[in-house]
Amino acid sequence: MKNKENMNENEKQTKNLEEIFEAKIARDEKIEPKDWMPEKYRKTHIRQISQHAHSEIVGMLPEGNWITRAPSLRRKVALLAKVQDEAGHGLYLYSACETLGISREELYDQLHSGKAKYSSIFNYPTLTWADMGAIGWLVDGAAIINQVPLCNTSFGPYARAMVRVCKEESFHQRQGYEIMMTLCNGTQEQKEMAQDALNRWWWPSLMMLGPTDDESIHTEQSMKWKLKRKTNDELRQQFIDQTVPQADILGLTIPDPDLKYNNDTGHYDFGKIDWDEFWQVVKGHGMCNKERISARKNAWDNGEWVRDAAVAYAEKQVEKDEVKKAV
Amino acid sequence: MNKNWPLWEIFVRSKNGLEHRHFGSLRAADAEMAMNNARDVYTRRSEGVSIWVVESKNITASNPEHNGELFEPAADKAYRHPTFYDLPDDIEHM
Repeated sequence: MKNKENMNENEKQTKNLEEIFEAKIARDEKIEPKDWMPEKYRKTHIRQISQHAHSEIVGMLPEGNWITRAPSLRRKVALLAKVQDEAGHGLYLYSACETLGISREELYDQLHSGKAKYSSIFNYPTLTWADMGAIGWLVDGAAIINQVPLCNTSFGPYARAMVRVCKEESFHQRQGYEIMMTLCNGTQEQKEMAQDALNRWWWPSLMMLGPTDDESIHTEQSMKWKLKRKTNDELRQQFIDQTVPQADILGLTIPDPDLKYNNDTGHYDFGKIDWDEFWQVVKGHGMCNKERISARKNAWDNGEWVRDAAVAYAEKQVEKDEVKKAV
Repeated sequence: MNKNWPLWEIFVRSKNGLEHRHFGSLRAADAEMAMNNARDVYTRRSEGVSIWVVESKNITASNPEHNGELFEPAADKAYRHPTFYDLPDDIEHM
Protein backbone atom coordinates (compact mmCIF):
# COMPACT_ATOMS: atom_id res chain seq x y z
CA MET A 1 0.00 0.00 0.00
CA LYS A 2 2.73 2.39 1.07
CA ASN A 3 4.75 1.42 -2.00
CA LYS A 4 1.90 2.09 -4.31
CA GLU A 5 1.43 5.52 -2.83
CA ASN A 6 5.12 6.26 -3.35
CA MET A 7 4.85 5.12 -6.95
CA ASN A 8 1.96 7.43 -7.57
CA GLU A 9 3.85 10.23 -5.91
CA ASN A 10 6.87 9.59 -8.16
CA GLU A 11 4.76 9.40 -11.25
CA LYS A 12 3.05 12.62 -10.32
CA GLN A 13 6.38 14.29 -9.82
CA THR A 14 7.68 13.12 -13.19
CA LYS A 15 4.53 14.30 -14.86
CA ASN A 16 4.94 17.65 -13.18
CA LEU A 17 8.56 17.91 -14.32
CA GLU A 18 7.50 17.01 -17.83
CA GLU A 19 4.93 19.77 -17.87
CA ILE A 20 7.47 22.32 -16.68
CA PHE A 21 9.85 21.04 -19.36
CA GLU A 22 7.32 21.24 -22.19
CA ALA A 23 6.31 24.74 -21.09
CA LYS A 24 9.94 25.83 -21.14
CA ILE A 25 10.33 24.67 -24.73
CA ALA A 26 7.06 26.29 -25.72
CA ARG A 27 8.41 29.59 -24.33
CA ASP A 28 11.52 29.11 -26.52
CA GLU A 29 13.73 28.67 -23.48
CA LYS A 30 16.78 26.51 -24.03
CA ILE A 31 17.43 23.24 -22.27
CA GLU A 32 20.94 22.92 -20.85
CA PRO A 33 22.75 19.64 -20.10
CA LYS A 34 22.22 19.60 -16.34
CA ASP A 35 18.52 20.52 -16.56
CA TRP A 36 15.96 17.82 -16.03
CA MET A 37 14.78 16.31 -19.32
CA PRO A 38 12.60 13.36 -20.27
CA GLU A 39 14.58 10.23 -21.10
CA LYS A 40 13.13 10.23 -24.60
CA TYR A 41 14.37 13.76 -25.21
CA ARG A 42 17.86 12.74 -24.15
CA LYS A 43 17.85 9.62 -26.32
CA THR A 44 16.46 11.36 -29.39
CA HIS A 45 19.08 14.06 -29.08
CA ILE A 46 21.90 11.58 -28.67
CA ARG A 47 20.65 9.82 -31.78
CA GLN A 48 20.33 12.93 -33.90
CA ILE A 49 23.43 14.81 -32.73
CA SER A 50 25.64 11.75 -33.02
CA GLN A 51 24.25 10.95 -36.45
CA HIS A 52 25.07 14.50 -37.41
CA ALA A 53 28.60 14.27 -35.99
CA HIS A 54 29.21 10.95 -37.76
CA SER A 55 28.02 12.49 -41.04
CA GLU A 56 30.60 15.26 -40.72
CA ILE A 57 33.39 12.78 -40.03
CA VAL A 58 32.43 10.25 -42.72
CA GLY A 59 31.68 13.16 -45.05
CA MET A 60 35.39 13.94 -45.14
CA LEU A 61 36.14 10.65 -46.90
CA PRO A 62 34.55 11.18 -50.35
CA GLU A 63 36.26 14.57 -50.63
CA GLY A 64 39.54 13.42 -49.15
CA ASN A 65 39.68 11.24 -52.24
CA TRP A 66 40.35 14.33 -54.40
CA ILE A 67 42.64 16.52 -52.26
CA THR A 68 45.85 15.23 -53.82
CA ARG A 69 44.37 15.50 -57.31
CA ALA A 70 42.85 18.98 -57.10
CA PRO A 71 43.50 20.76 -60.42
CA SER A 72 45.17 23.84 -58.94
CA LEU A 73 46.63 25.12 -55.69
CA ARG A 74 43.63 27.44 -55.27
CA ARG A 75 41.25 24.48 -55.46
CA LYS A 76 43.47 22.41 -53.22
CA VAL A 77 43.66 24.88 -50.32
CA ALA A 78 39.90 25.44 -50.54
CA LEU A 79 39.14 21.72 -50.47
CA LEU A 80 41.58 21.15 -47.63
CA ALA A 81 39.97 23.97 -45.64
CA LYS A 82 36.52 22.53 -46.30
CA VAL A 83 37.51 19.06 -45.16
CA GLN A 84 39.20 20.53 -42.08
CA ASP A 85 35.98 22.40 -41.29
CA GLU A 86 34.11 19.12 -41.46
CA ALA A 87 36.49 17.58 -38.94
CA GLY A 88 35.87 20.62 -36.74
CA HIS A 89 32.11 20.34 -37.12
CA GLY A 90 32.29 16.70 -36.15
CA LEU A 91 34.21 17.67 -33.02
CA TYR A 92 31.76 20.44 -32.01
CA LEU A 93 28.93 17.98 -32.39
CA TYR A 94 30.61 15.10 -30.56
CA SER A 95 31.24 17.32 -27.56
CA ALA A 96 27.66 18.66 -27.67
CA CYS A 97 26.49 15.04 -27.69
CA GLU A 98 28.75 14.09 -24.79
CA THR A 99 26.99 16.65 -22.57
CA LEU A 100 24.01 14.28 -22.68
CA GLY A 101 25.94 11.67 -20.74
CA ILE A 102 27.29 9.41 -23.47
CA SER A 103 31.05 8.96 -23.84
CA ARG A 104 33.05 9.74 -26.96
CA GLU A 105 34.16 6.14 -27.06
CA GLU A 106 30.59 4.82 -27.06
CA LEU A 107 29.78 7.20 -29.89
CA TYR A 108 32.67 5.92 -31.98
CA ASP A 109 31.73 2.34 -31.18
CA GLN A 110 28.20 2.95 -32.42
CA LEU A 111 29.53 4.35 -35.69
CA HIS A 112 32.04 1.57 -36.23
CA SER A 113 29.62 -1.22 -35.38
CA GLY A 114 26.96 0.21 -37.68
CA LYS A 115 24.55 0.79 -34.81
CA ALA A 116 24.54 4.54 -35.47
CA LYS A 117 23.81 5.89 -38.92
CA TYR A 118 25.34 8.75 -40.87
CA SER A 119 23.98 10.60 -43.85
CA SER A 120 23.53 8.00 -46.57
CA ILE A 121 24.76 10.35 -49.30
CA PHE A 122 28.36 9.71 -48.28
CA ASN A 123 27.99 6.14 -49.46
CA TYR A 124 28.13 7.28 -53.07
CA PRO A 125 31.52 7.33 -54.82
CA THR A 126 33.30 10.49 -56.02
CA LEU A 127 34.29 9.52 -59.55
CA THR A 128 35.49 12.78 -61.09
CA TRP A 129 36.69 16.23 -60.03
CA ALA A 130 33.25 17.58 -60.94
CA ASP A 131 31.90 15.61 -57.97
CA MET A 132 33.71 18.07 -55.68
CA GLY A 133 31.69 20.80 -57.34
CA ALA A 134 28.41 18.90 -57.16
CA ILE A 135 28.94 17.94 -53.52
CA GLY A 136 29.66 21.51 -52.45
CA TRP A 137 26.77 22.89 -54.44
CA LEU A 138 24.11 20.24 -53.79
CA VAL A 139 25.09 18.24 -50.72
CA ASP A 140 26.25 21.24 -48.73
CA GLY A 141 23.30 23.19 -50.10
CA ALA A 142 20.88 20.57 -48.77
CA ALA A 143 22.82 20.38 -45.51
CA ILE A 144 22.55 24.15 -45.00
CA ILE A 145 18.79 24.00 -45.51
CA ASN A 146 18.64 21.26 -42.90
CA GLN A 147 20.95 23.00 -40.46
CA VAL A 148 19.86 26.63 -40.43
CA PRO A 149 16.63 25.89 -38.49
CA LEU A 150 18.71 23.88 -35.99
CA CYS A 151 20.45 27.06 -34.80
CA ASN A 152 17.19 27.64 -32.88
CA THR A 153 16.73 24.13 -31.58
CA SER A 154 15.81 23.69 -27.92
CA PHE A 155 18.97 21.94 -26.70
CA GLY A 156 21.52 24.65 -25.93
CA PRO A 157 24.80 22.89 -26.78
CA TYR A 158 23.39 21.64 -30.10
CA ALA A 159 22.05 25.06 -31.05
CA ARG A 160 25.37 26.74 -30.22
CA ALA A 161 27.33 24.18 -32.24
CA MET A 162 24.97 24.71 -35.18
CA VAL A 163 25.45 28.47 -35.15
CA ARG A 164 29.16 27.94 -35.62
CA VAL A 165 28.67 25.20 -38.22
CA CYS A 166 26.30 27.31 -40.32
CA LYS A 167 28.59 30.31 -40.23
CA GLU A 168 31.46 28.22 -41.56
CA GLU A 169 29.46 26.18 -44.03
CA SER A 170 28.45 29.02 -46.33
CA PHE A 171 31.82 29.01 -48.07
CA HIS A 172 31.49 25.29 -48.73
CA GLN A 173 28.56 25.72 -51.05
CA ARG A 174 30.09 28.68 -52.84
CA GLN A 175 33.36 26.87 -53.53
CA GLY A 176 31.35 23.97 -54.98
CA TYR A 177 29.30 26.21 -57.20
CA GLU A 178 32.44 27.97 -58.40
CA ILE A 179 33.90 24.62 -59.45
CA MET A 180 30.70 23.83 -61.39
CA MET A 181 30.75 27.29 -62.96
CA THR A 182 34.35 26.90 -64.12
CA LEU A 183 33.63 23.48 -65.63
CA CYS A 184 30.50 24.75 -67.37
CA ASN A 185 32.45 27.61 -68.91
CA GLY A 186 35.17 25.21 -70.02
CA THR A 187 35.49 22.72 -72.86
CA GLN A 188 32.61 20.56 -74.03
CA GLU A 189 34.16 17.65 -72.18
CA GLN A 190 34.35 19.62 -68.93
CA LYS A 191 30.74 20.69 -69.25
CA GLU A 192 29.72 17.08 -69.80
CA MET A 193 31.64 16.16 -66.69
CA ALA A 194 29.65 18.74 -64.70
CA GLN A 195 26.37 17.46 -66.15
CA ASP A 196 27.32 13.89 -65.30
CA ALA A 197 28.07 14.87 -61.70
CA LEU A 198 24.71 16.64 -61.40
CA ASN A 199 23.00 13.57 -62.84
CA ARG A 200 24.54 11.34 -60.19
CA TRP A 201 24.17 13.66 -57.17
CA TRP A 202 20.74 15.20 -57.78
CA TRP A 203 18.52 12.38 -56.54
CA PRO A 204 20.69 11.39 -53.57
CA SER A 205 20.67 15.07 -52.55
CA LEU A 206 16.87 15.09 -52.53
CA MET A 207 16.87 11.90 -50.47
CA MET A 208 19.30 13.48 -48.05
CA LEU A 209 16.49 15.64 -46.67
CA GLY A 210 14.91 12.50 -45.29
CA PRO A 211 11.90 10.26 -45.93
CA THR A 212 8.58 11.86 -46.90
CA ASP A 213 6.53 13.25 -44.02
CA ASP A 214 4.08 10.35 -43.93
CA GLU A 215 7.01 7.89 -43.67
CA SER A 216 9.07 9.84 -41.19
CA ILE A 217 8.56 8.33 -37.75
CA HIS A 218 10.34 11.00 -35.74
CA THR A 219 8.99 14.18 -37.32
CA GLU A 220 6.05 14.87 -35.04
CA GLN A 221 7.94 14.55 -31.76
CA SER A 222 10.94 16.41 -33.17
CA MET A 223 8.77 19.33 -34.25
CA LYS A 224 7.38 19.55 -30.73
CA TRP A 225 10.86 19.72 -29.26
CA LYS A 226 11.92 22.24 -31.91
CA LEU A 227 14.55 19.73 -32.95
CA LYS A 228 12.92 20.23 -36.30
CA ARG A 229 11.31 23.46 -37.43
CA LYS A 230 10.20 22.33 -40.87
CA THR A 231 9.18 18.91 -42.16
CA ASN A 232 11.32 16.90 -44.59
CA ASP A 233 8.97 17.61 -47.47
CA GLU A 234 9.01 21.35 -46.80
CA LEU A 235 12.79 21.37 -46.67
CA ARG A 236 13.00 19.33 -49.89
CA GLN A 237 10.67 21.72 -51.71
CA GLN A 238 12.72 24.67 -50.50
CA PHE A 239 15.91 22.99 -51.75
CA ILE A 240 14.45 22.27 -55.19
CA ASP A 241 12.97 25.76 -55.54
CA GLN A 242 16.26 27.42 -54.82
CA THR A 243 18.49 25.00 -56.74
CA VAL A 244 16.71 24.85 -60.10
CA PRO A 245 17.48 28.49 -61.01
CA GLN A 246 21.10 27.89 -60.00
CA ALA A 247 21.28 24.97 -62.45
CA ASP A 248 19.80 27.22 -65.15
CA ILE A 249 22.59 29.74 -64.63
CA LEU A 250 25.12 26.94 -65.10
CA GLY A 251 23.30 25.84 -68.24
CA LEU A 252 22.88 22.34 -66.81
CA THR A 253 19.78 20.14 -66.96
CA ILE A 254 18.32 18.67 -63.78
CA PRO A 255 17.86 14.95 -64.45
CA ASP A 256 14.12 14.92 -63.81
CA PRO A 257 11.76 14.96 -66.82
CA ASP A 258 8.81 15.73 -64.52
CA LEU A 259 10.39 18.85 -63.04
CA LYS A 260 8.17 21.80 -63.87
CA TYR A 261 7.36 25.16 -62.36
CA ASN A 262 3.81 25.22 -61.05
CA ASN A 263 2.26 28.65 -61.44
CA ASP A 264 -0.57 27.88 -59.00
CA THR A 265 1.61 26.81 -56.09
CA GLY A 266 4.64 28.95 -56.88
CA HIS A 267 6.83 25.87 -56.45
CA TYR A 268 8.46 23.30 -58.69
CA ASP A 269 6.66 20.00 -59.13
CA PHE A 270 9.09 17.12 -59.31
CA GLY A 271 9.25 13.44 -60.21
CA LYS A 272 9.07 10.40 -57.99
CA ILE A 273 12.02 9.72 -55.73
CA ASP A 274 13.33 6.15 -55.71
CA TRP A 275 12.92 5.45 -52.00
CA ASP A 276 13.88 1.81 -52.45
CA GLU A 277 17.35 2.99 -53.37
CA PHE A 278 17.40 5.24 -50.30
CA TRP A 279 16.50 2.42 -47.91
CA GLN A 280 18.96 0.06 -49.58
CA VAL A 281 21.76 2.53 -48.94
CA VAL A 282 20.59 3.22 -45.38
CA LYS A 283 20.57 -0.52 -44.70
CA GLY A 284 24.19 -0.77 -45.77
CA HIS A 285 23.92 -1.84 -49.39
CA GLY A 286 25.13 1.38 -50.98
CA MET A 287 28.16 1.47 -53.25
CA CYS A 288 30.63 2.60 -50.58
CA ASN A 289 29.12 1.72 -47.17
CA LYS A 290 31.75 -0.93 -46.43
CA GLU A 291 34.60 1.19 -47.72
CA ARG A 292 33.61 4.20 -45.61
CA ILE A 293 33.28 2.30 -42.36
CA SER A 294 36.46 0.36 -42.90
CA ALA A 295 38.39 3.57 -43.65
CA ARG A 296 37.01 5.05 -40.43
CA LYS A 297 37.77 1.94 -38.39
CA ASN A 298 41.28 1.64 -39.78
CA ALA A 299 42.02 5.26 -38.93
CA TRP A 300 40.78 4.66 -35.38
CA ASP A 301 42.45 1.29 -34.82
CA ASN A 302 45.77 2.23 -36.41
CA GLY A 303 45.84 5.44 -34.41
CA GLU A 304 45.47 3.68 -31.09
CA TRP A 305 49.20 3.52 -30.38
CA VAL A 306 49.49 7.26 -31.02
CA ARG A 307 46.65 8.02 -28.60
CA ASP A 308 48.20 5.72 -26.03
CA ALA A 309 51.65 7.26 -26.47
CA ALA A 310 50.18 10.73 -25.94
CA VAL A 311 48.56 9.62 -22.68
CA ALA A 312 51.78 7.92 -21.52
CA TYR A 313 53.72 11.11 -22.28
CA ALA A 314 51.20 13.27 -20.41
CA GLU A 315 51.35 10.98 -17.36
CA LYS A 316 55.14 11.06 -17.40
CA GLN A 317 55.14 14.86 -17.44
CA VAL A 318 52.85 14.92 -14.41
CA GLU A 319 55.13 12.48 -12.56
CA LYS A 320 58.17 14.58 -13.40
CA ASP A 321 56.49 17.68 -12.04
CA GLU A 322 55.64 15.86 -8.85
CA VAL A 323 59.22 14.66 -8.39
CA LYS A 324 60.45 18.23 -8.94
CA LYS A 325 58.06 19.51 -6.33
CA ALA A 326 59.13 16.85 -3.85
CA VAL A 327 62.85 17.62 -4.20
CA MET B 1 46.32 0.33 -23.03
CA ASN B 2 43.35 2.19 -24.46
CA LYS B 3 42.90 5.10 -22.07
CA ASN B 4 40.55 7.88 -23.11
CA TRP B 5 41.82 11.39 -23.47
CA PRO B 6 40.28 13.72 -20.90
CA LEU B 7 37.80 16.46 -21.77
CA TRP B 8 38.88 20.13 -21.80
CA GLU B 9 36.80 23.29 -21.79
CA ILE B 10 37.98 25.99 -24.17
CA PHE B 11 37.71 29.73 -23.48
CA VAL B 12 38.62 32.26 -26.14
CA ARG B 13 39.14 36.02 -25.97
CA SER B 14 37.96 37.29 -29.36
CA LYS B 15 39.85 40.58 -29.09
CA ASN B 16 41.62 42.60 -26.45
CA GLY B 17 39.16 44.44 -24.26
CA LEU B 18 36.72 41.53 -24.22
CA GLU B 19 36.57 38.70 -21.69
CA HIS B 20 37.39 35.08 -22.44
CA ARG B 21 34.19 33.31 -23.37
CA HIS B 22 33.36 29.61 -23.31
CA PHE B 23 33.64 28.33 -26.90
CA GLY B 24 33.15 24.60 -26.41
CA SER B 25 35.10 21.55 -25.39
CA LEU B 26 37.43 18.98 -26.89
CA ARG B 27 39.47 15.93 -25.96
CA ALA B 28 43.24 16.01 -25.58
CA ALA B 29 45.92 14.06 -23.74
CA ASP B 30 47.40 17.10 -21.97
CA ALA B 31 47.18 20.88 -21.72
CA GLU B 32 49.63 21.51 -24.53
CA MET B 33 47.68 19.30 -26.93
CA ALA B 34 44.41 20.86 -25.74
CA MET B 35 45.87 24.26 -26.60
CA ASN B 36 46.99 23.14 -30.06
CA ASN B 37 43.68 21.46 -30.79
CA ALA B 38 41.74 24.45 -29.50
CA ARG B 39 43.61 26.64 -31.96
CA ASP B 40 42.66 24.34 -34.85
CA VAL B 41 39.11 23.60 -33.76
CA TYR B 42 37.94 26.99 -32.50
CA THR B 43 40.07 29.70 -34.15
CA ARG B 44 40.39 28.75 -37.82
CA ARG B 45 38.97 32.10 -38.89
CA SER B 46 40.72 34.56 -36.57
CA GLU B 47 38.09 34.16 -33.85
CA GLY B 48 40.55 34.81 -31.07
CA VAL B 49 43.67 36.45 -29.68
CA SER B 50 43.97 34.38 -26.51
CA ILE B 51 42.94 30.88 -25.42
CA TRP B 52 42.42 29.29 -22.00
CA VAL B 53 42.11 25.54 -21.66
CA VAL B 54 40.81 23.96 -18.43
CA GLU B 55 40.32 20.29 -17.82
CA SER B 56 36.57 19.86 -17.42
CA LYS B 57 36.85 17.89 -14.19
CA ASN B 58 38.31 21.00 -12.50
CA ILE B 59 35.13 22.97 -13.00
CA THR B 60 32.57 22.99 -10.19
CA ALA B 61 29.13 23.77 -11.55
CA SER B 62 25.97 24.77 -9.74
CA ASN B 63 23.10 22.33 -9.85
CA PRO B 64 19.99 23.60 -11.66
CA GLU B 65 17.88 21.82 -9.04
CA HIS B 66 19.15 24.36 -6.53
CA ASN B 67 18.36 27.33 -8.73
CA GLY B 68 15.52 28.30 -6.43
CA GLU B 69 17.57 28.91 -3.30
CA LEU B 70 20.55 30.19 -5.29
CA PHE B 71 18.95 32.74 -7.56
CA GLU B 72 15.40 33.50 -6.49
CA PRO B 73 16.31 35.64 -3.44
CA ALA B 74 17.63 38.28 -5.88
CA ALA B 75 14.19 38.63 -7.44
CA ASP B 76 12.59 40.48 -4.50
CA LYS B 77 15.48 42.91 -3.99
CA ALA B 78 14.35 45.61 -6.34
CA TYR B 79 16.18 48.16 -4.18
CA ARG B 80 19.41 46.96 -5.79
CA HIS B 81 18.30 48.58 -9.03
CA PRO B 82 18.33 52.33 -9.81
CA THR B 83 14.71 52.37 -10.96
CA PHE B 84 13.60 51.51 -7.38
CA TYR B 85 14.23 55.08 -6.25
CA ASP B 86 11.71 57.86 -6.85
CA LEU B 87 13.14 61.12 -8.13
CA PRO B 88 11.50 64.24 -9.54
CA ASP B 89 11.23 64.19 -13.33
CA ASP B 90 13.20 67.36 -13.88
CA ILE B 91 16.33 66.20 -12.11
CA GLU B 92 19.27 65.69 -14.48
CA HIS B 93 22.53 63.72 -14.53
CA MET B 94 21.39 61.04 -12.09
